[in-house]
Amino acid sequence: MKDHWLYDFTSLTAGIEAWLQETFTPFWAIAWEMVIIGLVFLIFYAVTGLILVYAERRVCAFMQNRLGPNRVGPWGLLQTIADFIKLLMKELVKIKEADKFLFNLAPFIVIIASFMAIAAIPFAKGLHAIDFNIGVFYVMAVSSMGVVGILLAGWSSNNKYSLIGAIRSGAQIVSYELSVGLALLSVVIFSGTLQFSEIVESQADAWWIFKGHIPAVISFVIFLIAATAETNRGPFDLAEAESELTAGYHTEYSGIKFAFFFLAEYMNMFIVASIAATVFLGGWMPLHFWGFDAFNRVMDYIPPVVWYMGKTAFVIFLMMWFKWTFPRLRIDQLLTLEWKYLLPINLVNTVLIAFLTMMKWHF
Amino acid sequence: MLNFLNRTDMEENTKPMTAPETEEEYFINMGPQHPSTHGVLRLLVSLQGEIVKRLDPHLGYIHRGIEKMCEKDTYIQIIHLTDRMDYLSAHMNNEAVCLLVEDALEIEVPERVKYIRTIMAELQRLNSHQLWWATMGMDLGALTTFFYGLRDREKILDIFEETCGGRLLLSYNTPGGVMYDIHPNFQKRVKEFIKYFKERLPEYDQLLTGNVIFQERTKGIGRLTREEAVNYGVTGPSGRGSGFSCDIRKKFPYSAYPYVDFKEILGVDGDALSRYKVRMEEMWESMHIIEQLIDNIPEGPYTAKMKAVLKLPAGEYFQRVETARGELGVYVISDGNKTPYRMKFRSPNMCNLSALDHISRGAKIADLVAIGASFDFVIPDIDR
Repeated sequence: MKDHWLYDFTSLTAGIEAWLQETFTPFWAIAWEMVIIGLVFLIFYAVTGLILVYAERRVCAFMQNRLGPNRVGPWGLLQTIADFIKLLMKELVKIKEADKFLFNLAPFIVIIASFMAIAAIPFAKGLHAIDFNIGVFYVMAVSSMGVVGILLAGWSSNNKYSLIGAIRSGAQIVSYELSVGLALLSVVIFSGTLQFSEIVESQADAWWIFKGHIPAVISFVIFLIAATAETNRGPFDLAEAESELTAGYHTEYSGIKFAFFFLAEYMNMFIVASIAATVFLGGWMPLHFWGFDAFNRVMDYIPPVVWYMGKTAFVIFLMMWFKWTFPRLRIDQLLTLEWKYLLPINLVNTVLIAFLTMMKWHF
Repeated sequence: MLNFLNRTDMEENTKPMTAPETEEEYFINMGPQHPSTHGVLRLLVSLQGEIVKRLDPHLGYIHRGIEKMCEKDTYIQIIHLTDRMDYLSAHMNNEAVCLLVEDALEIEVPERVKYIRTIMAELQRLNSHQLWWATMGMDLGALTTFFYGLRDREKILDIFEETCGGRLLLSYNTPGGVMYDIHPNFQKRVKEFIKYFKERLPEYDQLLTGNVIFQERTKGIGRLTREEAVNYGVTGPSGRGSGFSCDIRKKFPYSAYPYVDFKEILGVDGDALSRYKVRMEEMWESMHIIEQLIDNIPEGPYTAKMKAVLKLPAGEYFQRVETARGELGVYVISDGNKTPYRMKFRSPNMCNLSALDHISRGAKIADLVAIGASFDFVIPDIDR
């Protein structure tokens, strides 16, 4: 059973690579690989974006005593596609006095940042575009590039609301980057590696959130908070703050350029959730407990992709849940939360984890 | 000790806002099209970074000249215009004009009318506060409150629709009584609603009041002292949030309010949270008032015998009622004709707005939104 391609993608992906290497010269083999991976991610990106938008609208509707989209297609499944077509056909408004080059560039930076981050994520055993030995670091680095796009969007729009939103976003992401980094560092210390595939392998007997005692749980909660802030989602959506800044940094964008920001927000949420799932919840590893062999065997029968998607969906649901329940923070409260609470807790927590790991007290 | 003449607290920078004074200062227009002004209110806000230095409300975007129009209309026609001022307190606005006319013509309205008017007014207050709660949450970023508030408001609107056909603008009052008798289902449905809403109101607290972010966002924000509330004429729940006892229902009881027992809710802190709590408590009080009246509506005619053309004797008349937002005063100068010579409304929102500049100085943009939400402005009432 373990050899079936559903449970181990290594043979499939390696097979494709071997075939390409045989058929073409090394240069063309790499080029073809890039094209294939690019296409796969492009399709994956579009489909996931559509699903997430639909899911969010449905989830928030049920939390708000509504039905949500239920007219276009079965259960309203085609609603987001219809909305997407509408966005494609909308006029791209040209802003007077705007910095045209930066204005057009900004959405691409935002979306490229999320594109690059997704490359390092392992979806199942052997199913990842690139398996860096510095995977965690790489994801941190490229995902923080998105803020450049947001800052540019706010600056080049020649709109005070946009500018306020962009500056808020800058302050927010610079601050919360620390917490995200430190929270991820805890598991890096536990597992002793920066490579995502090895972090997942290290959770074969149990997930880090169970193995790492309370410090791992604290890390997970902090990661969830900080990651939500990084993706500019409620209750930390100050950069858009609809009721204060109309739409924040993307006020002046329309049509497909707005769709880029919109899509990037949802994909960032997906990336953040999948990192949380990979690092704390075992990624594509099934739920295992020491000693429960029969239970573990049954869990093994569920394909890793399902595990991975399920965990990611769970984290995404958590993020949606508190977005639709909590009011928005104020900018000074947001920074206070990070610098006065999360960061000190996180630092102490990291020391604690280092100590735990040194004494080999984790499981 | 109140000092009505002490106006030093208002002598801040009152120069007209024409251009930024320093390099750091910049102006933004909040409105007339802005998600959190709930209408066409334009606030010219001077900012330094995120901090509000001063602000200047620019009015008139929905000015319809209601007071001038009143001079051409008969008193019965005027009632329909008052609906369009504070549309969430339509019934109370109607009542103010009706009470004034009845007072001037010395008409004794039947007891039944008083009861019906009071119940309707309290239902209207509940409905207004529900919408306020819904939008307050939305302004602070908690979008779910909006749907909870509107879900319950719908039930009241259904009762209104069954009673008089109107859902938002009732025009149910008429000088001497009400337009039609209440629907046979009225008492049953109101009682059902009270039972339903008593279970729902604690849900509001769970969703928003107890939330730590909400508390942080509103506590100590937009502090208005009692003296300032008196000086600016801030009335209604906003004034009572500062401890200014200004409930017209208590001070100058009208309709059936003398017969019922209810508390005047007073806040202490005078901040946005205090104003919020006053409104939340007022919803309980409104339900308490309705409960006392709903089973005891006396039998009798639903309107007094009235002449076809109402002519007020020459003179000046003033009547005030407590709407959901504060004290509504109606002032009429009559020269004995069927239309008033001059009509003036003292609208609660206009006076409440005057305090906005003072209390939002030094606040953040997000606080300005919270303060605006806690005052519960209805823009057509400001402009008239």
